[in-house]
Amino acid sequence: MSNTEHGAAINRGNRPLSPHLQVYKPQITSVMSVFHRITGVGNSIGAILIAWWFIAAASGPGQFDFINGFLTSWFGHLLLLGFTFSVCYHLCNGIRHLLWDAGYNFGLDAVRTSGLVALAAAGLMGVGLLIVGWMN
Amino acid sequence: MGMKTSRAQVRGLGSAKSGTDHWWTQRISAISLALLAPFFFVTFAIAIGKPWDEAVVLYKYPFNAIVAALFILAVFHHINLGLQVVIEDYIHAPALRTGMLIGLKLLCGLLGFAAAFSIAMIAFSV
Repeated sequence: MSNTEHGAAINRGNRPLSPHLQVYKPQITSVMSVFHRITGVGNSIGAILIAWWFIAAASGPGQFDFINGFLTSWFGHLLLLGFTFSVCYHLCNGIRHLLWDAGYNFGLDAVRTSGLVALAAAGLMGVGLLIVGWMN
Repeated sequence: MGMKTSRAQVRGLGSAKSGTDHWWTQRISAISLALLAPFFFVTFAIAIGKPWDEAVVLYKYPFNAIVAALFILAVFHHINLGLQVVIEDYIHAPALRTGMLIGLKLLCGLLGFAAAFSIAMIAFSV
């Protein structure tokens, strides 16, 4: 196969691509970073539901009953359970990111420890929020 | 003299001075959300699942209504900036990417304004 004229175009598909996420062994740092983005996108969908809830509440009882009925169904409860932990994770890991932005916690041990702390804090916060929601 | 081309020197514009604007406003919205989220979500967790009259009463308190409106505005600003980066990272076709970015910005503006306006309506209704 010559590399003249059309050769370059033909060769293109066989060239190795630069390595991406999937070639690396998953570590707490990389996995938590990926989940920060995933929960961020997920939380955006939750924000649409929150906006809908307020718009329906302002529109009147009829419109409100529809979204309230959806959120209190088994599927709605499942969504709320997911959003609760998704929001708590994004908040706790986001504070970790803000600390990095301020120049703290860059050591290898510090990065691992702060990750575990963020996970634990998110779990506690999520359970706490669910209890508040359940009791009221 | 510096490293500028002759043309750049004649125009004398320098940098746009807004290169870090996206990064900076993302952090500001993150800080405001970290402060507002605990207050917003505790009230919202109480309100959700309640019938209309009981839910609406919660947002007639100025504190709850102000926190909720600020949270909504900050959250849709934060979503606008965050999803913009996600779209720029994964959508490569120029027309689709531009279309999605325009759609994102319109939707964030619409939902943010509509929800904040709704909270004000609830708070001001007797």
